[in-house]
Amino acid sequence: MLTTRLIPCLDVRDGRVVKGVRFAGLRDAGDPAELAARYEQEGADELVVLDVAATPQKRGTQLETVRQVRAMLSIPLTVGGGVRDMDSAAALLDAGADKVAVNSAAVRRPDLLDELSERFGAQCTVLAIDAARAQQTDSHPLRWNVLIESGATSAQRDAVDWAVEAGSRGAGEILLTSWDRDGTGEGYDLDLIAAVRSAVSMPIIASGGAAGPEHLVEAVRAGADAVLAASIFHDRAWSVRDVKHAMHNENLEVRL
Amino acid sequence: MTSRQPVLIVRTGTANIASVHAALRRLNVDARCAESPDELDRAQAVVLPGVGTLAAAMNEIGRQNLIEPLQTRLRDGRPTLAICLGFQMLFEGSDESPDVAGLGVIEGRITPLPPGVRSPHIGWNDVTFDDGWPEATPGKAYFAHSYRAERVPPEWQVAHTEHGGRFISAVRRSAVTGFQFHPELSGSWGRAMIARWLAKAGVIERDDTRSTEKHAC
Repeated sequence: MLTTRLIPCLDVRDGRVVKGVRFAGLRDAGDPAELAARYEQEGADELVVLDVAATPQKRGTQLETVRQVRAMLSIPLTVGGGVRDMDSAAALLDAGADKVAVNSAAVRRPDLLDELSERFGAQCTVLAIDAARAQQTDSHPLRWNVLIESGATSAQRDAVDWAVEAGSRGAGEILLTSWDRDGTGEGYDLDLIAAVRSAVSMPIIASGGAAGPEHLVEAVRAGADAVLAASIFHDRAWSVRDVKHAMHNENLEVRL
Repeated sequence: MTSRQPVLIVRTGTANIASVHAALRRLNVDARCAESPDELDRAQAVVLPGVGTLAAAMNEIGRQNLIEPLQTRLRDGRPTLAICLGFQMLFEGSDESPDVAGLGVIEGRITPLPPGVRSPHIGWNDVTFDDGWPEATPGKAYFAHSYRAERVPPEWQVAHTEHGGRFISAVRRSAVTGFQFHPELSGSWGRAMIARWLAKAGVIERDDTRSTEKHAC
């Protein structure tokens, strides 16, 4: 049976793992390759590396991080941050990524998803959505706006609609981050997960807000196929193995 | 131990070659990309990786004039490891790219996962071995695909997996091995699967495999 994936995430800046709250106030959390090796040994199913400060000038540093992590890692590696076009995606894949996550560039030019999927396959094309709860109104009781540029700008798009469009354009997975919950430890935005789940058939990776196994279990029950977390692992509040055992004890199918 | 001759990786244009390369390097095996049809023909062991669409990959190996030498070495049962899309390329064709022929070494056709099941099939799932590979141990492998082989001739089938019904997750005949999953991304279990094929191919000794596995990481 297909198991629920547990995915540690490394937010990387200038070759170091960092972590903040709502994408701000970044502090150092370690060396990417060392953390990657530790998480694989603890039973991580996959790893996501997001370059939170990627610019064309820093491309070389990002690729070097990917190479170092790849050399250690025998589980899948998704890399995102600053993927602007086919060339930057291809460079990440050449360096050792198995999938690329696109965010702002795909919002600005949705054809990028079609092109990535056509060339590298849907299973390689991950759409990252940073979603922020919108003001509720009578006609729209609950909705989310897509944020781009690391949360700095609203794309004036509905997150659920964007997920549906991405699927039709060939994205193979949605990396769904709640901007409201990111780094807060308040738990995943379960309404957001459920809303996207009911709209698309591809796998959803839930992200943003986990403080402990109970949050990951909730996210899976709300419809996530995979759960991503960063701070709880970096801070050693929980090991990957402990979280998987906790999920297993809640009758979720996991790889132990 | 380093192999006498490097393992040759076929450039299918779209593949995660770096991951395959890294997996071989962790087993102390040298690898590089195949540069010519002649080289491919002479190679001791060849990996046919692949992600993306069948049409893109077949066109790419066609452009490099590698289709015939690949077909020959596969039909002769010479050491070849086909992974994911590479595995699907062994068949006659795929509904994913109906106008393009596959390598046609295995009778049959690749079809989409049925509607109503999570697609792409991405993640870790059980690989259950049938009779063909007694020394293999069942385990969980990492899959990433939307199409699958529903059946293969019995002389090829060695393992199956369940997702929207049963599909073929591994084939083997002589020293030709094909995996629908990604052994290079399937942790220590995947590493052992690659090591078994390398031993069968004569690239590493069986004992070397064990000691390498023990000391890896």
